Amino acid sequence: MATERSASATPTTKRQDPLLLRRLLRAKDRIDVASHEDWPVRRLAAVSGVSETHFAHMFRQAFGLPPHRYLLTRRIERATALLRDTDHPVTDIAFDTGWNSLGTFGRTFRDVTGESPGAFRERARGAAQGLDRVPACFLSAACRPDLIIAVSEKRRQGRNDKPCGSQAMEPL
Amino acid sequence: MSEAIQVVGLYVRDQDEAHDFYVGKLGFRVHTDQRNGDYRWLTVQHPDQPSFQLGLFRPQPPVHDAATAQALNELVAKGAMPPLVMAVDDCRATYELLCSRGVEFTQEPIARYGNVDANFRDPSGNGWKIIEQGA
Repeated sequence: MATERSASATPTTKRQDPLLLRRLLRAKDRIDVASHEDWPVRRLAAVSGVSETHFAHMFRQAFGLPPHRYLLTRRIERATALLRDTDHPVTDIAFDTGWNSLGTFGRTFRDVTGESPGAFRERARGAAQGLDRVPACFLSAACRPDLIIAVSEKRRQGRNDKPCGSQAMEPL
Repeated sequence: MSEAIQVVGLYVRDQDEAHDFYVGKLGFRVHTDQRNGDYRWLTVQHPDQPSFQLGLFRPQPPVHDAATAQALNELVAKGAMPPLVMAVDDCRATYELLCSRGVEFTQEPIARYGNVDANFRDPSGNGWKIIEQGA
């Protein structure tokens, strides 16, 4: 296994210039504030002022996951908050959080959280109590899925050993 | 009141830059700015909160070894430090004022749950939220 390490590049150990990191953070901030928008690497690289070729690698090295997966976690985070805190129909939430179809949203949501959007909504409403003193965005961030592996991989694992539970809400 | 929290510190990459930001842009006042060789103890205060000091400290040797200082600078630049929250009377007015001074906002004012809030970052990467309660 040790011989494989250089290829997969354990991201956290390598030094990165704080000034570069600050610019990468700017791209992450832009995803945070508009996760419903499309964020191709070209657009993110422009925000950070780095080359398109290197952006994804540098982002992953800095934040521990590739930019497209980070975007996915933010979309799921937002969708869970809307499902829990609003009465918006699931279809509206799917489109408002950046998906092009209800089917893709439902499938991805289930792959990531282990529950369908509807089942999550029902369970979360029963559980939320006394959290209104925590500023909303920090509370929401705590519910962000911890996607350390690709969704396709998670889906594969889920097929092998179900049920995979509801990691999204457990930390609260 | 004699017992209270007096100083809470932030790590900043460059204290001159942080001074310009917290004093020049946010309108804080300098409480203490003392140097001892390469070391600088710099604290600022919110003008309406004279009992509390915000420390603007640079991770540096010999307090931290060079590798630790570098790691701390990286963490701050990645936005990994804890949230900072400031209460304001009028979030949108504060947003307009600070924008005009060149503060980097990461979220425009949003009204939710009876409050209005907005986010900005200092030049090092520390993230602030301003909240107007009961708007």
